[in-house]
Amino acid sequence: MGNAATQVDPVMDRNLFNKWFDERMAQREADHVPSMTIIATKGTLDMAYPPFILASTAAALGWDVSVFFTFYGLNLLKKDLDLEISPLGNPAMPMKLPIGPDWLRDMNMNIPNIVMANLPGFEKMASSMMKKTMCDKGVATIEELRSICLEADVKLVACQMTVDLFSMEQKEFIPEIQDWIGAASFLPIAHRADVSLFI
Amino acid sequence: MNIETTTILDARGLNCPLPILKTKKALNSLESGDTLQLISSDPGSVKDIDAFCKQTGNELLQNSAESGEFTFIIRKS
Repeated sequence: MGNAATQVDPVMDRNLFNKWFDERMAQREADHVPSMTIIATKGTLDMAYPPFILASTAAALGWDVSVFFTFYGLNLLKKDLDLEISPLGNPAMPMKLPIGPDWLRDMNMNIPNIVMANLPGFEKMASSMMKKTMCDKGVATIEELRSICLEADVKLVACQMTVDLFSMEQKEFIPEIQDWIGAASFLPIAHRADVSLFI
Repeated sequence: MNIETTTILDARGLNCPLPILKTKKALNSLESGDTLQLISSDPGSVKDIDAFCKQTGNELLQNSAESGEFTFIIRKS
């Protein structure tokens, strides 16, 4: 049936043509490899998760994935990942202790901004508490998700302008970065993608 | 239903998206027609594994829950 096209005169037999057309369209859809592009712009521990989780999961589904890291998102491509989280100006972030009895763990501590802003080491403490919670709950580390992405051929591309802007050096970053590009090179990739996200 | 499985993957204690990622990796090392038994404790994996199988064309043969643990049997396409 596949080459019915050669025998059909579309003007003469509309039904046959429609059938052939539907089959071709269904085949086209089945053969299509979905693709996704993500623009990652944030470099904190909490905002590092969405791009890597989505990219690695899409790759596991067999999708073709590219992630463009720009501005603070470039932090996520450093060889030495030292990501932190800031509860300050992040009011939706729950402040919960990862240790102690359940009643204490379940308590959401409302710490006033003025305390958070003035207590030295507050962010370090919040970051290590968040990391402990993630580890206890069996959530992957960013390092782990990043290497899964690389294994699954997710293309990680970095913004050249950001490196120049913040006086960084390419050698601070992982060598697996596919390319150092600008917006004009990334947009044509995003243009062809089925899913495009800005995070 | 008792299905003989080729490989067992224990993803208990792991959270989204690790069960999916480990499943994908485990399937990669199998031959077409082989079966994989996955055990997970992540309640989110019930819908995710189903969606994963539908998208990738692998067949979800069995899907059961017992005392907070979820067992899936997947046949590689």
